[in-house]
Amino acid sequence: METTSKETIITVKVNNISYTERVPCNMTLLQFLKDKLMLTGTKEGCGIGECGACTVIMNGKSVLSCLMLAAEADGAEIRTVEGEAGEQGLTALQQAFIDHGATQCGFCTPGMIMSAQELLERNPSPDREEIVEAIAGNLCRCTGYEPIIQAVQAVARDARDARNARNRGK
Amino acid sequence: MAEKQADYRYVGKGVKRKDGVQKVTGAASFTRDMNLPGMLHARIVTSPHAYARIKSVDTREAEKVPGVRAVISGKELNYKVGLYVLDKDILAKEFARYQGEPVAAVAADSELTAEQAAELIKIDYEVLEPVLDPREGMKPGSPRVHPNLGEYGYMKGVFFPQAGSNIPHLQKVRRGDMKAGFSQADLVVESSFYNPQVQHVAIETHVSIVQALPEERVEIITSAQSPYTVRNLFSVCFGIPHEKIRVKVPYVGGGFGGKAGIHLEPLCYVLSKKAAGRPVKLTMTREEEFNTIPCRQGLYSHFKTGVNKEGKITALEVEYVWDAGAYADYGVNIGRAAAYAGAGPYEVPNCKVDSFVVYTNKVFGTAYRGFGHLEVLWGIERNMDIVARKLGLDPVEFRRRNVLMPGAETITGEKITDHHGRVDKCMEAVAAEIGWQGYKTDAERKKEIATGKVRGKGIALLHKAPAMPSFTSTAVVLKFNENGSLDLMTSLVDYGQGTYTALAQIAAEVLKMPVEKVNVPWDCDTSFTPYDWQTVASKGLILSGNATIMAARDCLRQLKSVAGQALRCSEEDLDIGDEHVFIKHNPEARVSYQQLAYGYVYPNGNAIGGPIIGRGHYMAQGLNNLDPETGQGLPALDWTYGAHGLELEVDVETGEFTVLKIASSFDVGKVMNEQQLRCQVIGGVIQGLGSAVTEEFRFSKEGKFLNAGMVDYKILTAKDIPAEMTQHMVETPQLDGPYGARGVAEHPMLSVPSALGNALYDALGIDYFQLPLNSERVYFGIKKGEKEFHG
Repeated sequence: METTSKETIITVKVNNISYTERVPCNMTLLQFLKDKLMLTGTKEGCGIGECGACTVIMNGKSVLSCLMLAAEADGAEIRTVEGEAGEQGLTALQQAFIDHGATQCGFCTPGMIMSAQELLERNPSPDREEIVEAIAGNLCRCTGYEPIIQAVQAVARDARDARNARNRGK
Repeated sequence: MAEKQADYRYVGKGVKRKDGVQKVTGAASFTRDMNLPGMLHARIVTSPHAYARIKSVDTREAEKVPGVRAVISGKELNYKVGLYVLDKDILAKEFARYQGEPVAAVAADSELTAEQAAELIKIDYEVLEPVLDPREGMKPGSPRVHPNLGEYGYMKGVFFPQAGSNIPHLQKVRRGDMKAGFSQADLVVESSFYNPQVQHVAIETHVSIVQALPEERVEIITSAQSPYTVRNLFSVCFGIPHEKIRVKVPYVGGGFGGKAGIHLEPLCYVLSKKAAGRPVKLTMTREEEFNTIPCRQGLYSHFKTGVNKEGKITALEVEYVWDAGAYADYGVNIGRAAAYAGAGPYEVPNCKVDSFVVYTNKVFGTAYRGFGHLEVLWGIERNMDIVARKLGLDPVEFRRRNVLMPGAETITGEKITDHHGRVDKCMEAVAAEIGWQGYKTDAERKKEIATGKVRGKGIALLHKAPAMPSFTSTAVVLKFNENGSLDLMTSLVDYGQGTYTALAQIAAEVLKMPVEKVNVPWDCDTSFTPYDWQTVASKGLILSGNATIMAARDCLRQLKSVAGQALRCSEEDLDIGDEHVFIKHNPEARVSYQQLAYGYVYPNGNAIGGPIIGRGHYMAQGLNNLDPETGQGLPALDWTYGAHGLELEVDVETGEFTVLKIASSFDVGKVMNEQQLRCQVIGGVIQGLGSAVTEEFRFSKEGKFLNAGMVDYKILTAKDIPAEMTQHMVETPQLDGPYGARGVAEHPMLSVPSALGNALYDALGIDYFQLPLNSERVYFGIKKGEKEFHG
């Protein structure tokens, strides 16, 4: 990391693309994603780590990008909502959000999806309490959370069913 | 427009949201995400005082900061903004009337530069004695928040500002003979309630981008609910003709009424003008969203209820005193709407309502999901339980004897018919769902309290009609594309309610085509999408739904006209299906929508017809202004009725409680989309539960806002929702609703606090009168050990 008094150069991988950028030392990771990389899917709802709208996955863990400096992300692998859907289409979680009506205005949705996705990757069979715990830092004013919880439960259930079917097949 | 119940293809079916994919992929672009070439960023300087005279504003240092393109203060601006009363300046001029009111603003190359420059603006204030309690503010000797109230322009015939007072509106309702009504009563009960101010807390804060162009043209991109209202109020404010103002609304990150009027657009415009026409973006920080952007009004309510031994209400006298804050905004109309709905969904032969909207030196009130009704229903539905108990009647039975039924009249003289909704059915549904069997007895309660945990159940009813002018109208345009698909154009904004999906279902239903082929462009644009009054009041589905039916029928007429020539038959002989127009008695003879969309071409090259564009509009029919003295008249397009039943468990030691279940029922006329309806209800119920248990603005005795931010003002999280929520729908078709449907966007939120308060009584035998019902308040009530807790 090359550092001057006010700026620094960082290298990060975002959604599998590597970027080397000169950034102000006081730039947050959220500002970096939105203003430098033009990845506007990640949202800002409060700027102080209270609402979770800016949640991204960094090195496999969900983090609040408004509370991190871009400089702290040097060398990290970051996933934002834009990187979730691939050539095969939506992720199971994204599809479940649609199927269960888990999005209304949609402003909290990217952060919510990243929090829930991180949970499902570290714990493919979460129970309701674990789901609630994982998204408790993501505020939503439209849905009342229940449809979101149901969407995550459905993904976990489908994955469990698929595993069971595979095991039966063995 | 209720059609015969038939086998619908799309109406009532669980069509998925049209905007789902855009939102789950992060592709949906909100105003907050947008940047224009050459765009400047603005910051504001706000008053730290509740009430102060502005002695001077010194912007010289700020102007010297490199990168600053415009600095502006109130004294150079000579405009008034207001929805119903023109009482607000773009930036405070002589007086700053609430803590958080913008006094000066800066536009600069970056947000950081703007912020640094804003900090250099020096403002000299003379602090004045603020009006903080509307009950004091309405007294003759109180300091005046607006010394010039008598000189302001206002909407005449509807609102009645009282010159020389702090009252921008007093709404009266008078029905029957109060003296006779109370003389018929065997029991008279009085009670008082209080709701604090609260915030919408949409997750996207208010944000606008405005560019002042040559020829007085203006381009606005904004997080607003009502593009045409922004345009009209902007035009009134600046005297710029409507056609020169273009308002674009992309995806909006939640509104709940908070984005219904005009907010940051005028300030961005004057900054852009001063910065040689560069676009200016102003984004509220979360703290500014609380401090500066309007909230839901506070309310003091008082009820005097006369009942006879048969359990019928003989007279009801109500006083509402609204804590409107510093500006009238929607507040005056909330005071009006809440007055004509102010007796609840009950038959009250003798009724007097006085609804005073009172200025105070606090952040001002605006529309918030339910428009005054959550506030008045907090008192109304708690009062019903208290009166029932004093009568020795079960509260459900007491309501049963008084609810509005066909044949009854509302307090403004509207006759209830078989085609109105049935609040009684909603009540019975939730009572059954939570297993309501009446309050527990004192002995039962005592026994349960001794175990440390006590359960309680409560019921509350609700009603609301759209609060809107008698001439509210909307339009929908449907234009066919060359592949036979359809674009549905409307300026109703879908910021999450799901209305666009419902409108697509309606268009697809009428035109018998796949709903997937009905495209609803998400951006509204006053230069291209047709007029809609505002996206408020739960009127979207009913008005725009009817307009969609008309537009689809207009398309149908055009399709048939051209198809009749193509197929050489009378239009009478034609029918539609499978995206074709065909001859009824010879279905093989047909032409597809695709062949007709841009004009039909004969095999020899001759062509007829042209692009098919359907137009539909809808005007609320038969509404009139209320009589200024008696409030009699027809203000309501439709009433949506509903009820909640709630069960909770209280820890007697700590006052902490868990809401175990909320059962909700509404008479929606016709379910348009069951899944989305359920989701809408769940979301509303949880927002209502927030108002019930955590949310309130706190002020110091000097009028400083103490919890302006998400750290100290808590909305509910996923951890705070009940384990069980049920939704039940009654379908009494609305004659003028699309397929019989009514609006139900706001209603889920209403009366949730009331049901909670009633359940707390059942559990503890204590009546609470103030919101929110947090565990601290519940604990102090238990500790005090009296039957009433007024703290």
